[in-house]
Amino acid sequence: MKVKVLSRNPDDYVRETKLDIQRVPRNYDPTLHPFEVTREYTRALNATKLERVFAKPFLASLDGHRDGVNCLAKHTTNLSTLLSGSCDGEVKVWNLTKHECVRTLQAHEGFVRGMVVRHCGTSFFTVGDDKTIKQWKMEAPGYGEEEEPLNTILGKTVFTGLDHHRQQAVFATCGQQVDVWDEQRSSPIRSFTWGVDSFSAVRFNPVETELLASCASDRSIVLYDMREPAPLKKVIMTMRSNTVCWNPMEAYYFTCSNEDYNLYTYDMRYLDRPITVHMDHVSAVLDVDYSPTGKDFVSASFDKTIRIFPKDGGHSREVYHTKRMQHVICVKWSADNKYILSGSDEMNIRLWKANAAEKLGVLAPREREATNYSQKLKEKFQHHPQIRRIAHHRHLPRNIYHQTKELRVMKEARRKKERNVRKHSKPGSVPVVSEKEKHVVTVVK
Amino acid sequence: MASPGEAVVIDTHVGKKKKPPARYWDEPQEEGKDENTVGKGCEQTEQAVQQKQTQKAKKRKQEEDQGDGKMFISGKPDPFPGPAPIPEDRVQKFKRRDKTKKSHRQHYKLKDMMSRSEEVSEMAQKQAARIDLLLPEDAGFLEGDDDEDTCTISQEDISDAVDITAAAKYFNLKLSQFGPYRLDYSKTGRQLLLGGRRGHVACIDWQSKQLMCEINVMESVNDVKWLHSEAMYAVAQKKWLHIYDSNGIELHCIRKFNDVLRMQFLPYHFLLATVSATSFLQYLDVSVGKEVAAICTKTGRLDVMCQNPHNAVIHLGHSNGTVTLWSPNQKEALVKMLCHQGAVRSVTVDKTGTYMVTSGMDKKLKVYDIRTFKPLKSYFLPAGASCLSLSQRGLLSAATGDIVQVYRDVWSTPVTKPYMAHRVQRTVWGMHFCPFEDVLGVGHGEGFTSMLIPGAGEPNFDGLDANPYRSAKQRQEWEVKALLEKIQPELISLDPTELGQVDHTTFEQRHQDRVQALGFDPLAKEKFIPKYKKKGRSSAGNVEKRKRQVAHEDLREEIRITVEDKMKIEKERKEREKKEAVLSSQRSALDRFEK
Repeated sequence: MKVKVLSRNPDDYVRETKLDIQRVPRNYDPTLHPFEVTREYTRALNATKLERVFAKPFLASLDGHRDGVNCLAKHTTNLSTLLSGSCDGEVKVWNLTKHECVRTLQAHEGFVRGMVVRHCGTSFFTVGDDKTIKQWKMEAPGYGEEEEPLNTILGKTVFTGLDHHRQQAVFATCGQQVDVWDEQRSSPIRSFTWGVDSFSAVRFNPVETELLASCASDRSIVLYDMREPAPLKKVIMTMRSNTVCWNPMEAYYFTCSNEDYNLYTYDMRYLDRPITVHMDHVSAVLDVDYSPTGKDFVSASFDKTIRIFPKDGGHSREVYHTKRMQHVICVKWSADNKYILSGSDEMNIRLWKANAAEKLGVLAPREREATNYSQKLKEKFQHHPQIRRIAHHRHLPRNIYHQTKELRVMKEARRKKERNVRKHSKPGSVPVVSEKEKHVVTVVK
Repeated sequence: MASPGEAVVIDTHVGKKKKPPARYWDEPQEEGKDENTVGKGCEQTEQAVQQKQTQKAKKRKQEEDQGDGKMFISGKPDPFPGPAPIPEDRVQKFKRRDKTKKSHRQHYKLKDMMSRSEEVSEMAQKQAARIDLLLPEDAGFLEGDDDEDTCTISQEDISDAVDITAAAKYFNLKLSQFGPYRLDYSKTGRQLLLGGRRGHVACIDWQSKQLMCEINVMESVNDVKWLHSEAMYAVAQKKWLHIYDSNGIELHCIRKFNDVLRMQFLPYHFLLATVSATSFLQYLDVSVGKEVAAICTKTGRLDVMCQNPHNAVIHLGHSNGTVTLWSPNQKEALVKMLCHQGAVRSVTVDKTGTYMVTSGMDKKLKVYDIRTFKPLKSYFLPAGASCLSLSQRGLLSAATGDIVQVYRDVWSTPVTKPYMAHRVQRTVWGMHFCPFEDVLGVGHGEGFTSMLIPGAGEPNFDGLDANPYRSAKQRQEWEVKALLEKIQPELISLDPTELGQVDHTTFEQRHQDRVQALGFDPLAKEKFIPKYKKKGRSSAGNVEKRKRQVAHEDLREEIRITVEDKMKIEKERKEREKKEAVLSSQRSALDRFEK
């Protein structure tokens, strides 16, 4: 007779001393873990609920400006430094970790219209309503020294926007025309005009660094190549675009914020219809900025909210608002992909988390593992109706809520009318125009 | 680069010419072309090795460039080329689902996502199979000598043969005063709960033989059951259902549950299912203390019950020979099966939810496949089995009067002899295999017997699920986690994976609504508009031709699909005919009277 009976030595399964951690032998046999799917579903549901519980995105408010914040600039090499320019011509440099202003300078008379940090991070440029471009040192002047710009260029017309080249000592301004400047010269090396009187924003492409995009007041977005004497092409839309931002990871794509409450992502090669129309705002969108990963972007709107959109999603995944935040004029996504900064009318700069439910600070390995696991579960079960409802629910201020509803009713009425017209006319005579095609008037080359 | 090459082994055993031990990397070496230089053995001289290397140097270099990494920097071949192979059956064990068939009409993003997730799950499957090799314990077994039946081996012989801790697991408790006894093991298998018919209730840490509590409820006891942990248990008494804690203090008396005869606890749902003499099946949510469902089965006195551990469906046996399947979400039975000619005496389901074993008054023992609800095997037991229980590794114990028989492989091979047998003093009243131990607990008229059944229990437990060695702190943490992931009773259904499948019907419904609202189909295929081409290639005729080409392509696609469908149907038909032909060849004696 040969016999073996299970007989475990408890020493193999319990810890030796109280200072050890407990032993947890694992056996991944699926028959020992029944109800796999339903348990995972329950976990996903709990994780989604907890995410909503822990969603507290607002971190800090930086106050100190004496007029509305008109523009923000990220430091190119330092994560904790932020520059902001206000409507009274004041520029402030902030230390974000300490939430305090480290330097204040009176840069311009009237608005500071645009601001950008040079790629090396040692100096920054500002343009203002006083028709000047000024270059400033990043370090504060020593004790007793005057706060003076390194360089001042007096232009002929008002400048409304500014951007710096990614690698070269070249920057671009816009106003009545788009100018490309060499830092060493006091006159532009190139000037682009295309029959319009004013531009509101200009941006260099961060990947194809010689390309530029600008928004003009004749409802067009114009693309330029710095090496060519004439603009490349432009798309004219039904309403004016306020700002434009390039996707930092995909060189072809850019997103523009429009007056018609929407944002449009275009492929530079095919301007005749946008890739995606991002809808959700209930008032004009004033600013847009991409995350450094190129997967999401944030938009600031006149409706007093900030929204975060996935780059290929038609609706926002997140909306930030506070009671006291007024019209948001400018917004930036921090270079470490963790924070969002917004400057608004009521003189404050606000610091938000980019991921509302994220825990800040160092995570223990087990904690990180747990968050990764729950993240994956949420992803896996995101389309289940109960989980979807919880994950998508956002509290909105009453006026925005009602306005959204009103807009929806209006849209539905328009659609209904169109449907009726189509039903009662000759088949094919009223074509279906998709949402993407509706907003593009023409493309000019 | 020290490689545990066989060269060393060979050197030491030169005289003996002993074969080196078989290693997993031997096989690829025999098949492979270039890394067989050292492994193949003694007759090859060093020179030959060198020569061979130079011959294939070029090829090897190419392989290296491709990043194979089969060579060390020193030039020695890697004795462990590639990842260690995993046995196919182990990989199969962790297989969750088949690969989804990708149709070429799907969107490229969706296809990409699906293939990526499949890759990940395949990797997980392989890793789990690899870890499976490292599990510390092996299952028990019992083998007789030549022409010795294992069923003749007595419990005393086994307990003499095994080590002292295992031998201590064979014991008898002589409790003749309040018997016969029902029993239940806790989920970890450490605690035992005994309930005597005449009111004696005791819980014991049966491995250390420590009595946790002992009470007499002064009422007849029909059934006892542990709740989710060893801190609480339920006792079905003469009138009501009572809940006690492990110190024997009565926590609740639930008057909504009267005349309860049998109970089952669904551990992942925190539900206590009870059946009563008044033919009610009731569910109690023990985490919030609410009655979830009360179903009147209208089938008379219910005293045969078991749960399907795979999908938490309750199986009830009835006096008319049927077995019914119930979930708390439906007032009617999910399934009714006629299993026996007489009344059903006992039902049990294995842990994978594949097989159901029933015994009836017609003295038959039947095995069903409950995925298809078809009978697999039928055995005749002269005395009929009053109590059935299945162990974690698929051993079936059947009690016929005062004899306990244990069978092996009842569903795969026709069984003629029991694997083990044992006689207890009086009639068996309750019987359960202890989880994670090779132990069968039998409650009978004279008390309780704990038997050793080698090969019954799962040797390797999962520490996060049911850990027999957990401390109080670990138990508390487990309890919190288990409560957090309590499955809602609405999710009980015959197929527990239903929640993970694509809901086509809802999608179609929503799509229809959308089409109605929009006035057009947004998912419809766009009409082909030919591109404008220069150099006169966009003449009217040319455009028309291109249009026709596209239309032709679409038509071909449609034809292809219909042809495929037809072929499939044809194939199925042929198979069916073949089967029928086979069946018709087995003609019965009565067929000749057929016209």
